[in-house]
Amino acid sequence: MSSSVSSGELTTADGVPLKVSLRRAVRRSRLKALLLVAPLLLFLVIAFVMPIFDMLSRSVANTEIATHLSRTVAALEDWDPRSDELPEEPVYEALANDLAEGHENRAIGRLSSRLNYEKSGMRSAVMRSGMASRTMDPPYKEGLLEAHDAWGDLETWRLIKRESSPYTLSYYLAAIDKQYSPEGEIVDVADDRRIYQGLFWRTFWMSSVITLLTLVLGFPIAYLLANLPLRKSNLLMILVLLPFWTSLLVRTTTWIAILQSQGVLNDIMVVLGVIADDARWQMIHNKLGTIIAMTHILLPFMILPLYSVMKTIPPSYMHAARSLGGKPFLSFRRVYFPLTIPGIAAGAILVFILSIGYYITPALVGGQSGRFITNYIAYHMQTSLNWGLAAAIASILLFVVVVFYLVFNRLVGVDKVKLG
Amino acid sequence: MFKKNMLRHAILACSGASVVVMAGGVQAEELNVVSWGGAYSMSQQKAYHEPWMEKTGDEIVNIDRSGNALAGLRSQFEAGNVTWDLVDMLPADAMIACAEGLLEPIDHDEMLADAPDGTPPSEDFIEGSLSECFIPQIVYSNIVAYNTEMFPEDDQPDSIEDVFDIENYPGKRALIRKPINNLEWALVADGVEPEEVYDVLRTEEGVDRAFAKLDTIKDEVIWWEEGSQPPQLLADQEVAFGSAYNGRIFNAMVSEDQPFEIIWDAQVFELDGWVVPAGKLDKVEDYLYWATDTQRLADQAKYISYGPARESSNELVSTHAETGIEMEEHMPTYEDNFRTAIPKDDPFWADHNDELTQRFDAWLAQ
Repeated sequence: MSSSVSSGELTTADGVPLKVSLRRAVRRSRLKALLLVAPLLLFLVIAFVMPIFDMLSRSVANTEIATHLSRTVAALEDWDPRSDELPEEPVYEALANDLAEGHENRAIGRLSSRLNYEKSGMRSAVMRSGMASRTMDPPYKEGLLEAHDAWGDLETWRLIKRESSPYTLSYYLAAIDKQYSPEGEIVDVADDRRIYQGLFWRTFWMSSVITLLTLVLGFPIAYLLANLPLRKSNLLMILVLLPFWTSLLVRTTTWIAILQSQGVLNDIMVVLGVIADDARWQMIHNKLGTIIAMTHILLPFMILPLYSVMKTIPPSYMHAARSLGGKPFLSFRRVYFPLTIPGIAAGAILVFILSIGYYITPALVGGQSGRFITNYIAYHMQTSLNWGLAAAIASILLFVVVVFYLVFNRLVGVDKVKLG
Repeated sequence: MFKKNMLRHAILACSGASVVVMAGGVQAEELNVVSWGGAYSMSQQKAYHEPWMEKTGDEIVNIDRSGNALAGLRSQFEAGNVTWDLVDMLPADAMIACAEGLLEPIDHDEMLADAPDGTPPSEDFIEGSLSECFIPQIVYSNIVAYNTEMFPEDDQPDSIEDVFDIENYPGKRALIRKPINNLEWALVADGVEPEEVYDVLRTEEGVDRAFAKLDTIKDEVIWWEEGSQPPQLLADQEVAFGSAYNGRIFNAMVSEDQPFEIIWDAQVFELDGWVVPAGKLDKVEDYLYWATDTQRLADQAKYISYGPARESSNELVSTHAETGIEMEEHMPTYEDNFRTAIPKDDPFWADHNDELTQRFDAWLAQ
C-alpha cells in the first residue's frame, strides 16, 4: 500500500494498478453486453444482411455464359462484334464442345434460359444444338448452323460476347424498360413492351395517395385518442387496434365482400335506389380497390406514431395560445400543428415504405390497373423464374426506400419514430 | 424384369442394416406428391392414390403446388432440401427442369409397365409425348365454353369466330391472363388455319395481327388467373364465354348440372404428366410403375374428362364414376372434338413466352 502511494500510482486492494483494473472491468462489461446482443446480431446477419447481399449479388450475377460457354468466350476473344462476319470455325468448335459438355452435366438449362432472356428463340437454339453437338463431326460451323439458324445470326454472337463477363447490368436495364441495342448502346425497349417504368411510377404515386389518405383520416383520430378522457380514449384505442390484430388476409377479403359488384355496398345502393341494378359501381379489382383496402390496412401505422407525439404535447400550450388571443384555427396551425410534425413524418415514412412493398393486397383487390411493382417481383420469382430480374427490381425498390429513409433521418430524425 | 432386379439389389444392399425394419414387415413410406389440386387431384386420388395406399400401406400426401412447380423445385434444390417425391407438371416445364438437372431421366421401356398385349411403353404412349424426364398421364385441352342460357336457343355459338364476334354474340368473355391460347385463338378467329397458327405467330406481323384481333374484344374481357374462376363466372352469368380447362367445365356440367356447352373448335390441347425430382427415383419407382399402367390411366378417366396418354387405355375408358354417363364424347381426343384441334407448340412457347408475356402485360396496361 505504502509503496504504491509513494510511487504516486493508485492501485486496487490486490495491488493491480487502478487504470488496468478499470480497463479490465470495462472490457468485461462490454463483453457481457456483446454476448447479450449476440443472438440478435447473429439473427440479423442471417435473416437480414445475408439475404439482402444475396439479392444484390443475384441482380448483377451473370455466371451462366462465362462458366458454361467458357471455351466459346475464349475463342471469341479475337472476334470483333462490330464486324459483319460470322466467327470462324474454331469458335464453332468451341461452342460445340461447350454445348456437348453442358448437355452432359445438365448445365444447359440455365444457360438456355439466360440467353433466352436477352433474345427470344435462344432456348430452343441451345437445347437443340446441345443434343446435336454430342454426335457432331467437323466442320462444326456447318453442323451448328444446321442444328439452329440462331448460330448464323450476328446478334447471337454479339450477345454472347457482350454478356461474357461474370457481371451484367442487363437485369437492371430490363427492370427500367431499357436494353442493349445490337451495337451495344443502351436504348429503350419497344413501346409495346414497356411495363416496368409505368409500374414503378404507379407504385410510388399510389403509395403517396395512400399515405396522404391515412394522414387525413388518422390525424383527427390520433387527436381524439390523445385528448379524450382516459375511459373513452381507451375504447377508441381498442377500435384502432382491433383491426390491427386481425389477419391481413381477412381484412382484404372483407373488402372484396363489401366492394364487389354483387357486394354489400352495391346491394345497399341498389336497394336505396341510388344506382340502377345494371349500373353497379366497379369499386374493386382496380386502383380504387387497392387504395381503399390499403388505406384501411395501413391506417394504424399512421395513427400510432401521431398519437405518441400528440400525447407529449401539454394541453397548456394551446391554453396559452388561446389566452394570448389566438383564434382556435390560428392557434392550432401556429402552435399545435408544428409540434405534431415529427409524428406526421414518422407515420408518413412508415406508411409509405410499407405500401411500396405491399404485395398481397394489390394482388387480391388490384385487378389489372391496381397492381404494384411487387406483384411483378413475385411473378418473376414464381412463374417466369427470372430471378435476376426479380432481384434487380427488388434492389431498385430497396434503393428508393433507403433514400427515403436517409432524407427522413436528415429532416426529422429517426429517433422520433414511436409506435404508441 | 428390371423392377424385380432392383428390388433384389435393394434388399441385398440393405439386408444388414434393415433387419430390424424388415422384421416388422415392409416399411410403409410417405410419398409427397405435388399436383394441381381441385377436381384433378381428386381424380388422381381416386384412381391412383387410394388403391395404392390400400395395397401397400404407404401414405400419399397431396400438395397442390403444380402451378409453381418449377419455381418450387428450383428453390428446393438450391436450399438442398428436396421434400417433393413426385411432381405433376406440364411438358414444357419438365423440359426446362430436365435440362437444369433437377429431374431424374426416365427410361420409359425399362421403368414403366407394358400394355396388356405386351406393347412397350415407347409405342403405347401417344406418339411424341415421351421426353427425357417426363411420363405423360393425360391429354387435356384448353377450350372456350359458354352458358347456353345467355343465347337464344336457335342461335348458339359454335366456333372461335363467334367468341370474337361481339355484335352477334354479346356478353363478357373470361380469358386467361396470359398470352398462351389467346394468341392462337385470335389468329384462328382472324382466318388462320389451325395447323398454320404457330408459323404465323413466329413472325412479327403474325403477333401484331393476333394482338390486333384481341383488341377488338379487349373491353369485353375479364381476365382470369385461377382455373376455378371461369366455371364460376359462367355460372354466375358474369360472362357469356369463358376459356377454361375442359375437365373443369365437364365437372360443372355433369356434377353441378350447369347449362354449359364446350366449343371444341380450335381447342389447344397438351399433355400433363409426372416427373421425378433428382434423387427420388428409388422412393417412387414402384408407385410410378403401377400408377402409369394401362388400367390406372383408364381409371382416371372415370373421374375427369381428360384423355389417357396411353393408346391401350383408351379402350378401357368407360363411364363416369358418379353419374354413369359415357365419357368418350367428352374427351378432347374424341373424333368430332378433335377435328380442328391445335397441339400446343411447347418449343415455341419455351422460346417466346417471356417476350410475349411482357408484351401482353404492356398491352393490358394500355
